[in-house]
Amino acid sequence: MAHHPTEFKVEHFTFDDKLRKTLITLIVVGLVIAGLGVFMAWKGENAGHDSHGEHHSSVVEQNIPSALTSNETESKAEVAGETEKLQGEQTTDSATVQATETHVAEANTHSAHAEGHEGGHHGPIWLKRFWANILLNNFYFIGIAIFGVFFVAVQYVANAGWAVSLKRVPESFGSFLPVGFVLMLLLIPGMHHIYHWMAEGVSEVGHPNYDKIIAGKSGYLNMPFFLIRLALIFGIWILFYTIMRKLSLKEDEEGGTKNYYKSIRTSAIFIICFAFTLMMAAWDWLMSIDVHWFSTIYWVYTFAGLFVSGFVATVFFLIFLQGRGLMQHVNENHFHDLGKFIFGFSIFWTYIWVSQFLLIWYANIPEETLYYVPRFLGHYKVLFFVNLFINFLFPFLYLMTRNAKRASNSLSTIVLVLAFGHWLDLYLMIMPGVVGENNGFLMEIGFFLAYLGIFGLVVFKALSKAPLVPKNHPMLDESLHHHI
Amino acid sequence: MIQESAVRPPLVLGDKTYSQMTEDIMKPLETKPNLLWFGAFSIAALVMTMGFALIGYLFVTGTGVWGLNKTVGWAWDITNFVFWVGIGHAGTLISAVLLLFRQKWRTSINRAAEAMTIFAVMCAGIFPVIHTGRPWLAFWMLPLPNVHGSLWVNFNSPLLWDVFAISTYLTVSLVFWYIGLIPDIATVRDRAEGLRKKIYGALAFGWNGSARTWARYEVVCLILAGLSTPLVLSVHTIVSFDFATSVIPGWHTTIFPPYFVAGAIFSGFAMVHTLMILTRSIFKLEEYVTMYHIELMNIVIIITGSVVGLAYGTEFFIAWYSGVEYEQYAFLNRAFGPFAWAYWTMITCNVITPQLFWFNSIRKSAVATFIISIFVNIGMWFERFVIIVTSLHRDYLPSSWAMYSPTFVEIGIFIGTFGLFFTLFLLFAKTLPVIALHEIKTVLKTSGEKYKQAAASRVEKGSAGESPVMPEISLARKPQQETEI
Repeated sequence: MAHHPTEFKVEHFTFDDKLRKTLITLIVVGLVIAGLGVFMAWKGENAGHDSHGEHHSSVVEQNIPSALTSNETESKAEVAGETEKLQGEQTTDSATVQATETHVAEANTHSAHAEGHEGGHHGPIWLKRFWANILLNNFYFIGIAIFGVFFVAVQYVANAGWAVSLKRVPESFGSFLPVGFVLMLLLIPGMHHIYHWMAEGVSEVGHPNYDKIIAGKSGYLNMPFFLIRLALIFGIWILFYTIMRKLSLKEDEEGGTKNYYKSIRTSAIFIICFAFTLMMAAWDWLMSIDVHWFSTIYWVYTFAGLFVSGFVATVFFLIFLQGRGLMQHVNENHFHDLGKFIFGFSIFWTYIWVSQFLLIWYANIPEETLYYVPRFLGHYKVLFFVNLFINFLFPFLYLMTRNAKRASNSLSTIVLVLAFGHWLDLYLMIMPGVVGENNGFLMEIGFFLAYLGIFGLVVFKALSKAPLVPKNHPMLDESLHHHI
Repeated sequence: MIQESAVRPPLVLGDKTYSQMTEDIMKPLETKPNLLWFGAFSIAALVMTMGFALIGYLFVTGTGVWGLNKTVGWAWDITNFVFWVGIGHAGTLISAVLLLFRQKWRTSINRAAEAMTIFAVMCAGIFPVIHTGRPWLAFWMLPLPNVHGSLWVNFNSPLLWDVFAISTYLTVSLVFWYIGLIPDIATVRDRAEGLRKKIYGALAFGWNGSARTWARYEVVCLILAGLSTPLVLSVHTIVSFDFATSVIPGWHTTIFPPYFVAGAIFSGFAMVHTLMILTRSIFKLEEYVTMYHIELMNIVIIITGSVVGLAYGTEFFIAWYSGVEYEQYAFLNRAFGPFAWAYWTMITCNVITPQLFWFNSIRKSAVATFIISIFVNIGMWFERFVIIVTSLHRDYLPSSWAMYSPTFVEIGIFIGTFGLFFTLFLLFAKTLPVIALHEIKTVLKTSGEKYKQAAASRVEKGSAGESPVMPEISLARKPQQETEI
């Protein structure tokens, strides 16, 4: 159903009042649900207070440090058993035994530190949960926004022609970045509820909160440097989004290839900057929640998840616009390619997931396994497998056939499932470290809906500001006649 | 027919017809080899013989002739193994992954890259086998039912996974490469006479070029491409597990799988450069392997080289961030310890030199590319050496600390594998078409220089007025002038 070029006309999207009202309603409904969630969490916590007066600390004790303590004790026992087994087998590999012993010793220090914090740094759980929600949705939607810019940049650098006619959609995601920046700034007052390393005195020798491991990281994890990085990350992202958007719009007016070649150069530089900034964003905003833990692949994992949600968002907006009679030139061939990307990056995400999990599980070193104890063995066990099922098994089987990738109605199913799937993945990355076992879903659903509404408002506004197709892009013709 | 965008540089230069392409690509097969080829072949064969002689010496006397000791029990053997397996990655990436991404430029280089893959994996396979000490029992690595009671291979060991991964990889690559060769072998057959015709006829499996034959061929290629794609990731992932599943500081780090894969593609493309820049110049194939092809491969090298650099940085940073003193020491020892020279060689060759490709003049120069490709080859060998030896030589107990230096046997065997590699490649280049003839023919009409010029002039005349592409872009960015070496 390739369209003949003569049928092609430059379309505009009008952001009408009805859509605006729907989105505002979504925000309001979301906030109401979220408010209800906050209230329930608050009430639940205080009710626990009243009825179990003498056990009032039980709720508080389910906080991360205590969760960590018990978990670490478990893993410590495991490792100790491991050591005995190794010695029992009279292995000649002295290095291994010694290494294991060292790790046991370190696990002891770890738990000692965790215990040291007991009763030290605690806010109410509902408040922690509230801030964790803001962080979760911030990262989810900022991730989609920066994916949009990154995707467009990659298309330029790779000389890819097929996506040109749909590039205005991911391009417009970038307009959420300034809003995302403001939302991250709003998080600052609540950050100490999320990030344990921001607590007072953690890196001060002699302070009751002192933690040797966190103190060792304070050269990187300290408030001023953290804020500088936050500003730097957004500064770079917003700057490149602005330049690339401007070049793209200029090309619409001027024609020629000048802006095209400029876009290629800008994209190449952006991709380099993106690698560094995303790495820092993943370490700062997500990995430092579980501050004792570390994993070198973590930023690649974050990147892989963000890619899937970005493609999913692109397909979502395309299907939406087509429902309004726009973007009809995007046909099953383009959807096929987008479907292949969702399929491919779901597998890539799983690959990175396995790389991290398998290596940590196999080596079984306490300072690494502590991340997986609540997730794989503890409270989050079910969600842990649900995550793997939704984000790997489902798209893997569902998108296997050619037809599943080519029909927009079958893609809408995958969009709904994976949009939730990668939100859940972030949930599992954030919640165990912040709220321990006191997680829930009501407040979470509310905030997600509200954020969805805000994201929609911003992106639709950006979409309405420019023609939906970059009419002078030198590869537009290839995209309009895309056929596979 | 819709023309591809005018901003894309042509992939076949000059005024080529299908017949002319057949003549050009068949020429090296149908003419007597020149002196250059004979010279290169003699040297390669001599070096290979030396390598095999030293392997014979090793078998007779035992692995004690290597420089290994109690602390450093793994060194050049495993370094060379990982080095060669890594080089083998470009072939599969080009044949399978670039096929999925519809990269037309792959058609000029895929055949040689796939051949290179197979030869590199053969070189790699030598090292684990000779390191076992009793190579005549190498079949024990396979989980065969046996008469020794319930004695099985250790399924928990990544080294065993390697056996499965690499043998699968070699098999699929070999089949994929050969299936792709069949239509071209039939072309050789149809032009040959006498015994030559008989040999190529047998190798062509009775290919008759009918529509049915082609349809089956397409299906088989698609299935093989599907099978090869996960193999690109799996082989080097499992090679990285050989190290990363352990608890040795510097080895046990979660980024190893994707970082090893990127490094493998990086080194593989460098080796494709080393071979193709020589081949195109010896066989006069500059119109098929153009500067634009070289430029695109240079971009792949920048990207994978940067990923590798980023991984070095991540490892170093997280070693500090982790607060684990063993990790911290392992990395400081790498950069400033007794093997610092190896570490900085690695950084220079892998992180710094590929970044020179950001400059237009270097990226578009065959000579500069050739030199940098050698640097990358060296750097990637050192990367494996650094990871393996610097992590091992400082044991947990300082009384077990040791140094390592290779003996002439290790050096000789490693150089010998280069002899084997080049011997096989030179034989291949003389007996089979180095460019996938039937595949490059498919891009001639969309991406041939003459055809693109004709299309551009049609746009200028306005006969293609329906195109929304502006006319003034049509001749932009002419391919750069060739730089001869």
